[in-house]
Amino acid sequence: MIWLKRNLPKIVISPSCALLVWFVYGFILWTLYISFTKSKILPNYKFWGIDQYFRLWSMDRWHVSVSNLFIYTSLFLILCILIGIVLAILLDQKIRAEGFLRTIYLYPMALSFIVTGTAWKWILNPTLGIEKFFIDIGFENFTFDWLITPGMSIYTIVIAGVWQSSGFIMAIFLAGLRSVDDEIIKAAKIDGAGVVSIYTKIILPMMRPVFMSAVVILVHLAIKSYDLVIALTSGGPGTSSDMPAVFMTQFAFHRSEIGLASSSAIMMFLTVTAIVIPYLYSELKREDGKK
Amino acid sequence: MVKNNLKFEQLETASKKKKIIYRWILFLILGIFALYYITPLYVMIVTSLKSMEEIRTGNLFYLPKTINFDSWLEAWRGQLVNTTSGLKVDAGNVYLKNYFWNSVKMVVPAVAISTILGALNGYALTKWRFKYDNIIFLLFLFGTFIPYQAILLPMARTLGVLGLSNSITGLVVVHVIYGLCFTTLFCRNYYVSISDEIVRAARIDGAGFFKIFFKIMLPISLPILVVTVIWQFTQIWNDFLFGATFSFGEAAPIQVALNNMVLTSTSVKRYNVDMAAAIIAGIPTLIVYVLAGKYFIRGLTAGSVKG
Repeated sequence: MIWLKRNLPKIVISPSCALLVWFVYGFILWTLYISFTKSKILPNYKFWGIDQYFRLWSMDRWHVSVSNLFIYTSLFLILCILIGIVLAILLDQKIRAEGFLRTIYLYPMALSFIVTGTAWKWILNPTLGIEKFFIDIGFENFTFDWLITPGMSIYTIVIAGVWQSSGFIMAIFLAGLRSVDDEIIKAAKIDGAGVVSIYTKIILPMMRPVFMSAVVILVHLAIKSYDLVIALTSGGPGTSSDMPAVFMTQFAFHRSEIGLASSSAIMMFLTVTAIVIPYLYSELKREDGKK
Repeated sequence: MVKNNLKFEQLETASKKKKIIYRWILFLILGIFALYYITPLYVMIVTSLKSMEEIRTGNLFYLPKTINFDSWLEAWRGQLVNTTSGLKVDAGNVYLKNYFWNSVKMVVPAVAISTILGALNGYALTKWRFKYDNIIFLLFLFGTFIPYQAILLPMARTLGVLGLSNSITGLVVVHVIYGLCFTTLFCRNYYVSISDEIVRAARIDGAGFFKIFFKIMLPISLPILVVTVIWQFTQIWNDFLFGATFSFGEAAPIQVALNNMVLTSTSVKRYNVDMAAAIIAGIPTLIVYVLAGKYFIRGLTAGSVKG
């Protein structure tokens, strides 16, 4: 009885831990092992070596996915952070109707990527969408057919992705700006610093941790992008707007190449790990420093 | 002396004018951005209220000539066609009604279970420190970042073995397991900021683990529970990857059904029905956002500034 009482906290948390160890970490190890096998439609547990990775990196489709991921991630990152910072700073100027504007900037975050993709697919529709609007108001030769143009369709995903997520970056930067000590700003004003230099020289450098969080969240979101691609372009035209997440599910569930699919999943996992581990390390160190 | 004063006044009015101009520019920029965010929703709503004829002849931004909710009805309960036995829904027609309820049946238990477990875990991790609790915390923390592609294949096989593939129960299990990392993290970060003194005092008075949880912790946990519930609700309602991978046909959640609806164009694309369907699929999370926006934002930021 005393034993039970003393160990109750551990007993309470252990089912969750068991689930976590098995379904997250165990499953990742399983996927890792399968990526070293010849598995096609069913898992084949005979060790084969790293040939799946050679196969993966010799595939054009994988290269397209990776370069699309690169394009998407960099544009998504730059645009979201730029819009986020600008909006946060402007909203921070003691604006009337701030709450109302914030609500408008952030509501896309409540919508799923499928809803977002469906809406933008219609807006960017090459015949009836925004193109028709511009033709109607007098630009007769206006064309906007990125959605069905190989090499351009990836940018439509950027447009929709930025629309969905930039408000969120605004929110975390605004929270960061609000946590800056007013005394520092007052002191700078007394010293004769202008608004612009207060922001660029004092406040923004203080926001480095917020900046880091934003980068990690956005990159992590970008690597996981799947729904938005499916809803907007389905990876098309052809496979021109493929991304690693789409590649993986295609080969795992439609092409019956689970060995190859696992190797692509492991590549994604390693990329996320390479970004997240240093971030978590620095965050936890910062937290320890506070204590 | 007088001259100097005059100059000063002129300067002051000039800077006031400048200030007003700055304000206007500020509002202009903020307004342009507001327009950018609101336009897609506007387009969705007006398109859903138009007839296909109106969509083809008009353009994206025109208001509908007459408001009719036919597309909404069609998106919700299918297109009625004339058959020998009267008006019926076409067999191949995808519509949202059943899938909407699938999502409700999936979201309610998944959110409830994962939130309760998360609160208990967070409480055990912070107020009853034990050996290696930091490592356990790190396991949960890192779990919030993993790309789900790395667990999809074994999960699909496991659900198959358990006889849960293509069922709502299976999706509940998946969402509880992978939601646990987030709920535990949220609650842990909240409980860490609460003084240990109260718990210590209660323990000296002889209160046990559960008694302290229900009598002391739970009553003060309301803010974080609201944040957690909203976060989980939004995540699970909006999920597509798990839904599309582990279910198909009858057991699919609403996001999968919406995507199927938009993709499987029979003969003619009906953009009005697509838009009505997209709004229906988005309404529950939008309502939560409008009603509890403060908590929604807090969840987002709690999930971002981790650790």
